[in-house]
Amino acid sequence: MAQNQSEIRFLTPQSVDTKKKKYCRFKKLGIKYIDYKDPEFLKKFLNEQGKILPRRLTGTSLKFQRQVAQAVKRARHLALLPYVTDMMK
Amino acid sequence: MNHYETVFILTPVLSDAQMKEAVEKFKTVLTNAGAAILNEENWGLRKLAYPIEKKSTGFYQLFEFTAEPEVIANLETQFRRDERILRFLTVKMEKYAIEYAEKRRKKVKSNVEA
Repeated sequence: MAQNQSEIRFLTPQSVDTKKKKYCRFKKLGIKYIDYKDPEFLKKFLNEQGKILPRRLTGTSLKFQRQVAQAVKRARHLALLPYVTDMMK
Repeated sequence: MNHYETVFILTPVLSDAQMKEAVEKFKTVLTNAGAAILNEENWGLRKLAYPIEKKSTGFYQLFEFTAEPEVIANLETQFRRDERILRFLTVKMEKYAIEYAEKRRKKVKSNVEA
């Protein structure tokens, strides 16, 4: 019952199970530069509306979250990514 | 001499010849100003994520070059003056970006050969 209780309280759209230790994928994979010209990779950091996912969901470190945000904004400027959309990407 | 990377979108209304001529024009603007073009990619006609100036597709063109900082101001005024350009973005490349670009160039070259 307790487990069920905590499940309801989170109500986050993405099923985040508390046990999985989140890690920064950039540090783990050793990625040094996030390319703004590659929308497929950047889509992993956007939700369905095209908004940038917060760090608490993706678990990326602050340094790389800033780079992701800057890359996404540049991609949006170049119309590689939409500013706002509704369909599931 | 800093590394720069500029991407710009040409209006789809152009014929192929006009499109090439526009790209050539900007290449000459760069070379006249003493820039060394390292890499040049044409992504061709792509669908835009949102309509720009009522157009939903555009020709994407990428230039990667090294230049003096003053060259950029002149290049950008050229972009703004030319009405065939829908949008442009010039980015200064730092250390990791340069490494990434080199890797990307090798990858593209290997694809071409393969």
